[in-house]
Amino acid sequence: MSERILTCIGCPMGCTLTATIENGTVTTVTGNTCRRGDDYARKECVAPERTFTGTVRLLGSTLPVLSVRTAAPIPKEKMDEVARAVGTLRIAAPVKCGDVIVPSICGTGVALIATRSA
Amino acid sequence: MREVQLAIIGGGPAGLSAAIAAYDAGVKDLLIIERDSVPGGILNQCIHAGFGLHTFKEELTGPEYAGRFIDEVEKRNIPLLLDTMVLDFSRDKVLTVSSRSEGLQQIKAQSVILAMGCRERPRGALNIPGTRCAGIYSAGTAQRLVNMEGLMPGKEVVILGSGDIGLIMARRMTLEGARVKAVVELLPYSGGLKRNIVQCLDDFGIPLLLSHTVVDIQGTRRLEGVTIAQVDHKRRPIPGTEQQIPCDTLLLSVGLLPENELSTAAGVRMDPVTGGAQVDDELATSIPGVFACGNVLHVHDLVDFVSQEAALAGRSAAAYLLHGEEAGRSIPLVGKNGVRYTVPQSLHPETMNGPVTVRFRVAQPLQNAAICVYADDRLVRRIPKRVLAPGEMESVTLRPEDVESYTAQITFCIEEGTAQ
Amino acid sequence: MYDAIIIGGGVVGCSIARALSRYQLKLALLECSEDVCTGTSKANSAIVHAGFDAEPGTCKARFNVEGSRTMEALCQTLDVPYRRCGALVVCFDPADRPRLETLLERGRKNGVEGLEILEGEALHRREPALDQRIPAALYAPTSAIVCPFELTAAMAENAQHNGAEFYFDTCVDTVERRSDGTFVLHTDHGSFESRVVISAAGVYGDVIHNQLCPQQPRQIIPRRGEYCLLDRKDGALVRHTVFQLPGPMGKGVLVTPTVHGNLLLGPTATDQESKETTATTSAGIDLLLATAERSVPHLPTRDIITSFAGLRAHLSDGADDFVVGESAPGFYEALGIESPGLTAAPAIGVYLAQQVAARLGAAEKSDFDGTRKAIVCVRSLPFAQRKALVEAHPAYGQIICRCEQISEGEIIDAIHRGARSLDGVKRRCRAGMGRCQGGFCAPRVMELLSRELDIPQTQLTKSGKDSLLLTGHTKEVQAQ
Repeated sequence: MSERILTCIGCPMGCTLTATIENGTVTTVTGNTCRRGDDYARKECVAPERTFTGTVRLLGSTLPVLSVRTAAPIPKEKMDEVARAVGTLRIAAPVKCGDVIVPSICGTGVALIATRSA
Repeated sequence: MREVQLAIIGGGPAGLSAAIAAYDAGVKDLLIIERDSVPGGILNQCIHAGFGLHTFKEELTGPEYAGRFIDEVEKRNIPLLLDTMVLDFSRDKVLTVSSRSEGLQQIKAQSVILAMGCRERPRGALNIPGTRCAGIYSAGTAQRLVNMEGLMPGKEVVILGSGDIGLIMARRMTLEGARVKAVVELLPYSGGLKRNIVQCLDDFGIPLLLSHTVVDIQGTRRLEGVTIAQVDHKRRPIPGTEQQIPCDTLLLSVGLLPENELSTAAGVRMDPVTGGAQVDDELATSIPGVFACGNVLHVHDLVDFVSQEAALAGRSAAAYLLHGEEAGRSIPLVGKNGVRYTVPQSLHPETMNGPVTVRFRVAQPLQNAAICVYADDRLVRRIPKRVLAPGEMESVTLRPEDVESYTAQITFCIEEGTAQ
Repeated sequence: MYDAIIIGGGVVGCSIARALSRYQLKLALLECSEDVCTGTSKANSAIVHAGFDAEPGTCKARFNVEGSRTMEALCQTLDVPYRRCGALVVCFDPADRPRLETLLERGRKNGVEGLEILEGEALHRREPALDQRIPAALYAPTSAIVCPFELTAAMAENAQHNGAEFYFDTCVDTVERRSDGTFVLHTDHGSFESRVVISAAGVYGDVIHNQLCPQQPRQIIPRRGEYCLLDRKDGALVRHTVFQLPGPMGKGVLVTPTVHGNLLLGPTATDQESKETTATTSAGIDLLLATAERSVPHLPTRDIITSFAGLRAHLSDGADDFVVGESAPGFYEALGIESPGLTAAPAIGVYLAQQVAARLGAAEKSDFDGTRKAIVCVRSLPFAQRKALVEAHPAYGQIICRCEQISEGEIIDAIHRGARSLDGVKRRCRAGMGRCQGGFCAPRVMELLSRELDIPQTQLTKSGKDSLLLTGHTKEVQAQ
């Protein structure tokens, strides 16, 4: 059994949550003042996810870089690896907003997509 | 002289939304004037996610959010003058504009929507002492350099100000390989979203130093370090608490100011608290036919609300152009006791035929308080709030039945300790 | 071998260069920074003083009054912004009135015209912004304001136009006088030979002086002055330059409009050892604002757009005068040029040039052209003229600096005239000088600097040398 303290991101209140974790699952959440805190702690303690956003080098355009994101949130611990991988990419214009740049970035099964056209 | 029914100054989120709404309300002869080479405004450099939850029920990045509106503008064939700066607009709504491709020209409009956005407060506005070396940028300038130009302003970073732009840039610089040593906040609380504090700072182990400020800047040529110190409740540095942080970059995220030079020069009546125009429930300014919306009216924290507000300005401009003015009795909306301002600042009870959204900010963070609205002395609304923060714009929707024919003033205030 | 080498590209050095370029001489000016006007000349009160402060008979008095009389015509010839707004020296206590009379008397002896003491209603009608309690002031109608950046750049451009060579990023380490009477100047960019050396090295003037006149050493104590600049909307707050009665550290804190319509407050006066440190301090700015408020209450301090500090080249020996002339055979100098140095610079330049020309037996050129045209300021052009300009040169239609409405054409011209850094562009055409302080336009100006000078953005500087603006490209940083 372990405890984890975290700040709820559900609203400006920012409740300090204490989650009790047993065998990889959250058993209790205290400190929250609404349902959102409970939900957040259960997700964040077991499988935290983040959407990665960044840029890739763009060739053949007036824009030197193109903004990209993961099409869906990816596991938080993958953020660094994805940032490094995205940093090595070079893509050629033209690109349309929503185009898939990498079908599964760093084996996450989540696509890296363009967020603007160029 | 070129003539147009409606000229919209600014092709950012406010201008685009206003144009679409005005078009849909029947104004087909309109023009968006944008100073950058592409529409979308500041959204183009806000490549992080978190836009559009209210409008599209999904989390978009800034360019994607802008893209949705640009698509709508293109569908309607609304003309955009790009790379074009409005130099001046006069009381009789003649705009002087300048561009490389079309030169200097004047445009006579029957109605104008002000949607110029805002700018960042510079270092000078804070009087941060020290040297004037290279490596000091406002967070937005750094954001443009990194996200649009692919250039790195520095490697060892201190950020002053914990508003959302400062927090977002802390993560962005970190992901690009820089080391963000601290985010320093003058106030005892952050004006940024909790989500950003967790996901932009905590995720990367970046310390947030509340009640601290930068008291000295060192470096003759390039920044070499800053000295920070704790501040007391009057925001004065406490002697003896100074600590020096070596760094090559200082990013300033210390507030936004509506960019109203055109408005003031034209004689639009301003609100000293918001830094924007004074408007009524139609978002009409003191000059008939001139409307304002978005960050040039008051600084927003969510672009969704900018789009909503701007759509109202677009509809109002259309109503003005198609049906003429419906001037009637005007009553003031007043913020008191913890409510810093309201937008709009007045409304016309006689022409109020639907709900009116009144937006405002509180002066300080509060828990378990209530937003109260009084029509003269009569309480018309009491909204318990578990938490209120200056960084979060609040809103109350007034209905026609809230306002009596004899109501002289509507007051918005905070009453504490009465949440239940 | 040059006939004459000038050390220092401040307002004094550039004035000497311009005045000397009238003669048939091979000239060079060596400047340590990347551009002219980077030291004392860039951070001062920008005042053309009437000339009532200096003791009669001093160099200060002489060059001040001469400068004050000739500045307007010079600014016309060189197309430099100048405005004769007049000045008031206020006193706060009726008991101090005799001190105003002393100033008045001194001014009359120096030949300053139009001086009078104003009191009560007459004073407050003339300058309604003054604190109502101020009983009296000395009024100097000939006092004026000027743009020190443009004055310096204009004189430099005109000197170059007439054949003077300018070397930037060239720091003089030592000056050696050879047995034949000529000089060798050792710099970080090679050596230069010259028949005559003229030092206008500002706060470093003592270093040069002591190398060539070791038997009469002088010492400059840099005197730091802090300033606050307010938004252009506040420039009309005062009509005149408002001084307070001078004290032992100088003319005290003034409140003045600038030629570009800003409001300027300053300076403080703090002696320091460093010749480089131009840091502002919170104590200095607080003192400055409190002192300025005594003259003009309710200053809109929330409109401050920047604060900065400059160093005055103050001589430590108490003589309280400029040293202008030949200090050793063939070695001329303008030493200790603190206030009213900007005012005096044109007259100092002419005086030294005449001496140098006489020594070298140089005749005037037949083709000297003393005129210079400024970078066109599109925002001040009438509509039709501006329209025609943009039609002919579309770059003048593209606005880069929103706050000051500076076009791409103006910035390109500034770069072609010698701006090589972000600050250089700012001083030469005001892009980035406005209320957002370059927040919006800095990345655009950097693009233009990179394009016009053909250097990568990652090598651009804020103010020359290693004041690099960027540390690289995003992905390079990440790859490390």
